[in-house]
Formats: sequence, structure tokens, C-alpha cells
Amino acid sequence: MFPAPFEYKRAHSADEAFTLLGLHGGDARVLAGGQSLIPAMRYRLARPAVLVDINPVEEFSYIRETDGELRIGALGRDAALESLAFIAERYRLISDVSRVVADPVVRQMGTVVGSLCHNDPCGDWSVAALASRAQVVVRGSGGARTIPIDEFLVDSYTTAVAEGELALEVRFPTPGARTSGAYSKIERKVGDFATAAAAVQITLAADGTIAEAGVAIGAAGPMAMRVAAAEALLRGAAPSREAVAAAADAARALADPTADTRGSAEFKKDMAGVVVARALASALERLGVEGLR
Amino acid sequence: MKISVTVNGEAYERDVEPRTLLAYFLRDTLGLTGTHVGCDSSSCGCCVVMLDGEKAVKSCTMFAVMADGHEIATVEGLRQDGKLHPLQQAFWDNHGLQCGYCTPGMMMTSVVLLKNNPAPSEAEIREAISGNLCRCTGYQNIVKSVQQAAAELSAEPAAEPVAS
Repeated sequence: MFPAPFEYKRAHSADEAFTLLGLHGGDARVLAGGQSLIPAMRYRLARPAVLVDINPVEEFSYIRETDGELRIGALGRDAALESLAFIAERYRLISDVSRVVADPVVRQMGTVVGSLCHNDPCGDWSVAALASRAQVVVRGSGGARTIPIDEFLVDSYTTAVAEGELALEVRFPTPGARTSGAYSKIERKVGDFATAAAAVQITLAADGTIAEAGVAIGAAGPMAMRVAAAEALLRGAAPSREAVAAAADAARALADPTADTRGSAEFKKDMAGVVVARALASALERLGVEGLR
Repeated sequence: MKISVTVNGEAYERDVEPRTLLAYFLRDTLGLTGTHVGCDSSSCGCCVVMLDGEKAVKSCTMFAVMADGHEIATVEGLRQDGKLHPLQQAFWDNHGLQCGYCTPGMMMTSVVLLKNNPAPSEAEIREAISGNLCRCTGYQNIVKSVQQAAAELSAEPAAEPVAS
């Protein structure tokens, strides 16, 4: 199927993008990688009157570490993350995700910020952003806002980006020496959406107990969800099989998936616990804690 | 909207509706039907083309207007001077195609792979083409073909003329 007709506007600079978005307001959508938006338009799930293409805006195309954060611009593509050595070494959760988003060809166009803005219930980046406690910088004519990810993600396919605004960059805190994470995804085949997915980010205290925990699940409700109960019971606990099992149970209790061709609701609810346990075991292994599988 | 696109080294200027997808622009407007349309929803990879000599993209999930000012390479552009590209020859030699429907996408994905990674392992080849589906399930021979092309391309002498 072909998308409904729309007016195409091309931005060559950040200023031009903001001007165009300000001019067209709620009628306009930003076109970055297009790997979610174009299929949505083809299925007529999205029918924007105006598309503002930001692909020519070179200043949006960055992935860099600044002030204790990894900052990914609006045109930071999945494949770029996948190929960066420092991401593979120090941002384990992000590295994991960058290798399982869609498929290798789609990743050459797809962007991280675009995925967050699409906020698909089965998307990968929103899960990772919750676990990492990321922030999204959004700018419009009224200036820039930095929004914590929990407030940025509003509902299925809905975010806090207001009319005339553009999501400029996502900021992931740089993990310290005692912080690591992991992503675990069950998918039927490469390129499919998740049947179940979990992201975790763990910080150990000097005594080996868990100082901080980020736990989130995807494909388990209207959008990615933080498993606050799991985070609370992990915080202060010693890493153990019991702690991992309790966190997995908390994820199962929270998960409220919909049955589809990927599985029954009951199956997916159980898998939400399985992926949390797998991700926790991986993250803790990366921090030197073995034997939790 | 008027766009200028270079396809396989040839410059084209055409008027397109913004909603025209690149795959249909190539096939219907330019008559380059080597780029196939399979699932039409970015799942199967039959429509993969090369963008600016560096990216493999699914042309069913890109608007033609986004290619304005850019270079596209399709399977028709692989042959040089009447000679099959090493990948095409390798697909021939290894029976890397059965029905042939996925073949253009497999080749264009592999061209980009071999540019970025001239000596990929079998696992890396399988990973690179994991977004390309072959419904004849002929993956063994496709992988063999890409391996042969990789060996040949890296053995080829540099393009500069040799002083005599």
C-alpha cells in the first residue's frame, strides 16, 4: 500500500527544521530514518499532512560522550552505534540493543531518537532508555527542554514531544567502573519485533551489594515499562539467584501483554520474567558475579 | 517535486510525487526492474539498493524524494565493461540463486558488506544478510557465493594502471 499524499519539506539546518515544524505545527511529522514512520504511513496508521525531512542536517548526526553522558543526536543511526568500539566496551546495554534492533540493513537507516519518538510497544530503545534512566532533549520555538525518559514516554506511539517540537538528542548516563547492563530479547526471527524483551542496568557498591538497579520490560503492555518493584528489591540486595528470581517474578506480575501471532498472553507474561532473569545474569556476569543462571 | 538522482552512474531528473517510494521510482519511473519488491514492508530485503556507495537500504522504505542529490546503485549497475561483477559471477558459479527473486537484494546487501568488511567470516556474512529472506531457503549457496566474491575481490590487483 502507498502512503496517503503529504507535503514534503526538507530541512538543511537545525534552524530550518525548527522553523518548518513551527510553521506546520501538529500537521507535521519529522522524517529521520523513516524505518518506523514510513511503514506506519503505508499501513495508514499514520497520515501526516507534512513531512519535515531532517536527513540533510549534518549537525544532528553525532554520537559523543560529553559531561558524563553519551549523547546521540537525532540522526545517530543504529548501525553507527554498532560499529563504535567504545560503545561495545563500556556501554554494554546499548551495545546489546544496537545488535538486535530490526535487522542489519534497517539499522543502516534507523535512528535511536526516532525509535524513542515512535514509542512502539514492542520497540527496543525505549526499554533500554528506561533501564539506563536516559533523558531526551526536545526543542521548539519556546526553547529546549530536557525530559526524563519516564515522562517522555507517554503511551503507545505517544511521547511528550509537543506540536512544533523536535527531539534533538537522547542522553544516556556514562556507566562507571562498577556499572554494567544487558539486553535480552526473544524474537521469532531476525527483524521481528520482540516477543518479550528486558533491559537492566546494575551498579554494584564497593561491598558487592547492588547499589542501584534499572529494570525495564518491553512487548509486555501498551509501551515499555519500568519494573519499579524489581528495582526496589534489588537495591541493597546481594546478587543471588534468589534476588534474580524475585526480580523476574516482579516483572511477570507487572507484564500485561496482548496475545498475537508471537504467543499467548500467558506465554509472553512468563517470558517477561525469563528475559529479566537472563538480562540480570548477563549484567552481573559483566560485573564479575558468576553463577546466577 | 523535481528530483535529481544519480543511478548507476547516470544522472536522472524526474518529477515525482513525494509519496513515491524509491523502489517504485526505480522500477516504474526509470524502468530498472532489477530491484524487486517482495513484502513491501521492509521485512524481506528484496528491494535493497546501495545509497551513496556506503549504505544498504530497503528501497521500499525510503521515499524517492529522500534520494534527491544522492547516488543509488542497483543490481543493474554491478556489471562493468560487459563483465559480471565478482558477486554476480560467484552467484552463478555456486548456484547462489534458485528462483532469483531475493538475488538482487542479496547482492546489494553483500556489496556493502564487502566494502566495509572485505574478509568476512561465515558468521558475519550470515549476520549481514539476516534481513534478506530467501524463500527457496538457498542460504548455503548464497553464503558460499559471498565467500567466493570476497576472496576474488581481495585478490584483485589495485585499480591503478601498472607502469610498463
